[in-house]
Amino acid sequence: MINIKLREDYSNLIFYLSPLVAVLLTLFFGSFIFLILDLSPIESFKIFFISPISNSYGISELFVKATPLAIIALGLSYCFKNNIYNIGAEGQLTMGAIFGGGIGLLFNESTSIFLLPLMILFGAIGGAFWATIPALLKTKFNTNEILTSLMLTYVALFILDYFVVGPWKDPAGYGLPKSMPFPDAGRLPVLFDGLRIHIGVYFAIIICFISYIVYNKTLFGFKLRVSGFSSKASQYAGFKYKNLIFYTFIISGACSGLAGLFEVSGPIGLLYRDISPNYGFTAIIVAFLGRLNPLGIILSSLLIALTYLGAEDAQLFLKIPSAVGFVFQGLVLFFLLGTDFLNKYKVSVS
Amino acid sequence: MQPIVEFQNICKEYPGVVANNNVSFKIIRQSIHAILGENGAGKSTLVKILYGHVKPDYGQIIINSDLATINSPTKAQSLGINMVFQHFSLFESLTVAENLILGMSEKISLNKLKSKSETICNKYGFNLNLNSPISSLSVGQRQSVEIVRSLLNNPKILIMDEPTSVLTPEEINKLFKIIKKLVSDGLTVIFISHKLDEIINLSDHVTIMRNGKVISNLTTKNEDPESLGYKMLGYKVTKTKQINNVNYSENVLSLSNLSSFSQDPFTTNLNKINLNLKKGQIFGIAGVAGNGQKELMEILLNENDFEFNGDIIFKNIKINKLSTFQRKSLSISYVTEQRLGHSAVPEMSLSENILLSMNHKSYFKKGDFINFDRINSYAKDVIKNFNVDTPSFNVKAGKLSGGNLQKFIIGREIMSEPELLILSQPTWGIDAGSEAFIKKSLIELSHRGVSIIIISHDLDELLEVCHNISVLYKGSLSKSLNVENIDITKLGKYMGGLFD
Repeated sequence: MINIKLREDYSNLIFYLSPLVAVLLTLFFGSFIFLILDLSPIESFKIFFISPISNSYGISELFVKATPLAIIALGLSYCFKNNIYNIGAEGQLTMGAIFGGGIGLLFNESTSIFLLPLMILFGAIGGAFWATIPALLKTKFNTNEILTSLMLTYVALFILDYFVVGPWKDPAGYGLPKSMPFPDAGRLPVLFDGLRIHIGVYFAIIICFISYIVYNKTLFGFKLRVSGFSSKASQYAGFKYKNLIFYTFIISGACSGLAGLFEVSGPIGLLYRDISPNYGFTAIIVAFLGRLNPLGIILSSLLIALTYLGAEDAQLFLKIPSAVGFVFQGLVLFFLLGTDFLNKYKVSVS
Repeated sequence: MQPIVEFQNICKEYPGVVANNNVSFKIIRQSIHAILGENGAGKSTLVKILYGHVKPDYGQIIINSDLATINSPTKAQSLGINMVFQHFSLFESLTVAENLILGMSEKISLNKLKSKSETICNKYGFNLNLNSPISSLSVGQRQSVEIVRSLLNNPKILIMDEPTSVLTPEEINKLFKIIKKLVSDGLTVIFISHKLDEIINLSDHVTIMRNGKVISNLTTKNEDPESLGYKMLGYKVTKTKQINNVNYSENVLSLSNLSSFSQDPFTTNLNKINLNLKKGQIFGIAGVAGNGQKELMEILLNENDFEFNGDIIFKNIKINKLSTFQRKSLSISYVTEQRLGHSAVPEMSLSENILLSMNHKSYFKKGDFINFDRINSYAKDVIKNFNVDTPSFNVKAGKLSGGNLQKFIIGREIMSEPELLILSQPTWGIDAGSEAFIKKSLIELSHRGVSIIIISHDLDELLEVCHNISVLYKGSLSKSLNVENIDITKLGKYMGGLFD
């Protein structure tokens, strides 16, 4: 018989070390995948994890991928700390791209310096708007936010689909399902000429810093943590749980919307169907791998961004499908949940 | 006489605490053997070892002169050992008979089981309808179900862990009669308690434990409650004496005609509750759990907008609709029954737990930011003034023992200088030292003019601390009795629902 017992005294140190353990286990078991494919694990890892960032272009790409992941995951950490499982960041990201991108298309002749700030604002509003729907459903009808936020993701993707094949289709686009490019005033400035790394990085750093302050110094952060630990204690303290649900959904939706707008006004430059390689879902892994800690999220976003780049290089040089990147992301999450479980519970066989 | 059970050098260590330290003693066949000790003395661990629930680190158990390896409750049952736990494990929505059959290790038809159970019920005087659902049963009846379930296994030894803690005085008398009859029919009963007079009334022998060790093995008839208490605590039991200085002209809290009308079958609806609480008065609400205590606390605290009729007047202000936050801002303080996860967050530090209950005070805030210096120094003061045993205010609340955490929580509320303090089960499950300290603190607080309501199942505690006591029974509140010249028979009648 297998016995599972709650540990009376589980370690805080191991709580913060377990992401590292999970990464090492991922590498170890990942090497078997390469072995089965008849590839040398060492060479493969080099191509997967080292060669993608061995030049300035690669490093810039790492930040291009890490930026949306970090911004979304930072937003999600507000929900997750509050024990609210917003799974619909991908949909909120899409809505942010539609709202913000829509502004860019509406003023496509504009050269005003206010165009980009307006797009950014609407991006955040779009994401926040999409996130208030599951918040409203949860507080009014007690629906499960995991289901509603996930389902709304597909609704958002269809709305984007409708716009890019319908009213917003580029007349000069040979019938392809994409919009006109945004005007230059609506494009996100890059940090270095010739590289795609953009000012979204600054936003990620600022959001990280603000989140750190909010979690550790403010009453609002305190309320989130209390509600996350125990809703009864939160009621005892007199906190309004329903309001907290709204605030956290709005914050995380706004962050996702911001990330979506940065994608379309940054690297992509227009609206089309596949604006995000599942950043909204992958950011869930990023948030937990970073232990919902703002600084940890920055680090984990870089690591997970590397799996995206590695997968592209692996496809190119090792001739294996880029889905290997998702396999690695899945392995990391699996081992992280496993190490957390073993840290919390003692398993014995008798 | 030959012993039926013999413990030999039982040792069990948990991280940070030695629960059993070289425990050795014998239990005589066909006797009532009490194990007496404070909370945390190691009684429960010892009987759990006997029941195969916990594995000892060292030592052995001899049953009927044979060495026994008891590695699971199933093994214990096959040796004739059964246990009635303090907390019941019954399925609320199933009937008594269905619950009984679930506990059977052998295959038996429901009808056969029913007739077998009827026989047991009739023989020992358990008043049970085998076809009623558990949810309709009183706590005492539920306990009867647990006992009948054990008896169906034809045990030789029956362990009872604090069986009286949830019962009314009348139910306790009945239980004791049953236990005595069981023993005269050949059973050996191991009875765990920390109530001195019960042990004197019931047991033949008593083993006193303190800090995991056996302090002494006694024959009960040579002892009295004072001598047992002295040996249990290691010092003389001193009862704090309540001094009457209530200002009867000044009303602090009035409840008038409080009634609730929930459809939920698991709640007890309150029925026209009236209460006037004076300045400096400690008012006890006695009664067995499940008679409306939870609902009354719910209305007084207002965490969930629980619906009710009637009025709550606090110092001439009607507070019916005020939220928990607003009520706290009017200087009403609360200590809930559940410590971990309600009045304290176990994962948070002690100073963060100060803020948990004090976040309505601007003193602890700088705008939207937390004033850490102030919550830390407040936590330090609570730790110092209320003898909380902890290395620092950064320790997580969950690391403290029950008694220490309760002292911290009550200290936190007292130091905020409330005008009204409402507590539910303030000394439930904590050690005697902390219990005495908390009682003393509450009495001192009332001397400073603070009014206090204590909702508790522990009648002794209420008699010791309160000026007045009322009994809550099936949602109705009895007249209040003055504790100083209390009529115990009247109180007993009230406990059983016989109001004037």
